[in-house]
Amino acid sequence: MNCNICGVNEATIHLTEIINSQMIEIHLCETCAQEKGTDFKTHFNFGDLLANLADFDKAVVVGEPKEGALRCSECGMAYTEFTKTGRLGCAGCYTSFAKVLVPLIKRVQRASHHVGKKPSKISRDVRTSHDLRLLQDRLRKCVQSEEFEEAARLRDEIKQIHDAMKKSKKAKNE
Amino acid sequence: MNNVDEFVHQPAEWLRATGPASDIVVSSRIRLARNIAGYPFLQKIKEAQRKELVGVVQSAVAKSERMKDAFYLRYNDLTDLDRQFLVERHLVSREHAEEEGDRAVAISSNEVVSLMVIEEDHLRLQIFQSGFNLLEAWRIASGIDDELEKNLNYSFSATLGYLTACPTNVGSGLRASCMVHLPGLVLTKQVQKVLQALAKLNLAVRGLYGEGTQATGNLFQFSNQITLGQQEEEIIDNLECVIRQVVEHEKEARQYLRDKRKAKYEDQFWRSLGVLKSARVISSQEATQLLSLVQIGIHGGLVKSDLTIQDLNSLFLLIQPAHLQKLANKILSAGERDVRRAELIRERLVKVSI
Ligand SMILES: [Zn+2]
Ligand SMILES: [Zn+2]
Repeated sequence: MNCNICGVNEATIHLTEIINSQMIEIHLCETCAQEKGTDFKTHFNFGDLLANLADFDKAVVVGEPKEGALRCSECGMAYTEFTKTGRLGCAGCYTSFAKVLVPLIKRVQRASHHVGKKPSKISRDVRTSHDLRLLQDRLRKCVQSEEFEEAARLRDEIKQIHDAMKKSKKAKNE
Repeated sequence: MNNVDEFVHQPAEWLRATGPASDIVVSSRIRLARNIAGYPFLQKIKEAQRKELVGVVQSAVAKSERMKDAFYLRYNDLTDLDRQFLVERHLVSREHAEEEGDRAVAISSNEVVSLMVIEEDHLRLQIFQSGFNLLEAWRIASGIDDELEKNLNYSFSATLGYLTACPTNVGSGLRASCMVHLPGLVLTKQVQKVLQALAKLNLAVRGLYGEGTQATGNLFQFSNQITLGQQEEEIIDNLECVIRQVVEHEKEARQYLRDKRKAKYEDQFWRSLGVLKSARVISSQEATQLLSLVQIGIHGGLVKSDLTIQDLNSLFLLIQPAHLQKLANKILSAGERDVRRAELIRERLVKVSI
């Protein structure tokens, strides 16, 4: 079998990767394997992944003229640049490309919100909305495992935070 | 002599062969990706910004209780050999080693912690633990993360969490992984079946193995694939759960080999040992494969000797190209390395007789 990258040398190294329930086999010669890095690097090629999402909206992947013209206002990266490399140019890209990126992230990550750890130095608003999401996540799990007493308690807590947010918004507007 | 050379004579943390289930789970690693607000990601960062960032991180590292004694290595001060050496010890990624431009790495003296500065993300914090020990690694990582964050402003979004250069890392920025030694499953030809069964669990499994039954190293890496929408402990818990099952399968496979394929199993062990103890020229690929086979024999108690798994593990590292050259204190050609490698192996295997 020939190497998947150069197509010339005999493949002696065989990588198996399982990506989104699909097993992908990669056959490499020693030279290409060294270049590709077989030192157990864990990220996979985003471009390949996109190519594998057959039922994913092609317009987003390839970039229709409209999406193709998208450009990050902060770092100047074009959306088409991202689809080629799978790497964003700056934190601002997440906002600039939100329209196409959010559904893509949802698809790849099977979730759309962070519920893990957070830095201590973030604004009150960011903190509150993050805390709120953590409570909602816990509520969801309690309902799933039928712990209704705890669920009721969490529901009250969430309501309180919502009310407090409304109040402070009102205060700001007045 | 620079700081890098101090590592040559100590076993890398991930090959210490201690900790839970270390006869099968070689090591555990936690990696956190973080970016600093106000600086573009790798693709768009300018040289002056790189320089500034390397300095900003250095001072944050110096103020961190857990990291203040770490070596802070600027790439400009490292030779090609140093870089390759760090790659072999998994302290930096190949990509980081081969990048252009200003960048750095902070490494704790015991090699448990490595912080790559300006990799794909501004910060890639890695914690290694020998054996099956993800939670401890996570505890250490999170503690260092908290300390660094006191003096750095991370890019963090209310909805998406920690923002990363690649959306596959966004959210927790957490990649938990274990390196698992599965010679039993490979030799009994069950490894594909097990990997396929795992395919539906949102995990990434990579194996590095050779043609047909000629496995090289028999090492597989299991890691989480999803970084968003789950708490860190949950991600780790899921992964541990799966690995625990794989460990059971591997134990069964090794038992099966010992009981039902005794002659073949013993033959492979003694042949491997024979080659390693007598070869005059050997490639790292062949040596790695043979060492893996010797390893399960030693675990299985086929031979009584003072040779420990740690001896074997450190040999696995010392026979890599940059390590051989560091030991020899000079640049060696591929041919010279194959000779040195054979010499070193014979020397280290003196403890065990055929
Ligand atoms: Zn090739
Ligand atoms: Zn941008």
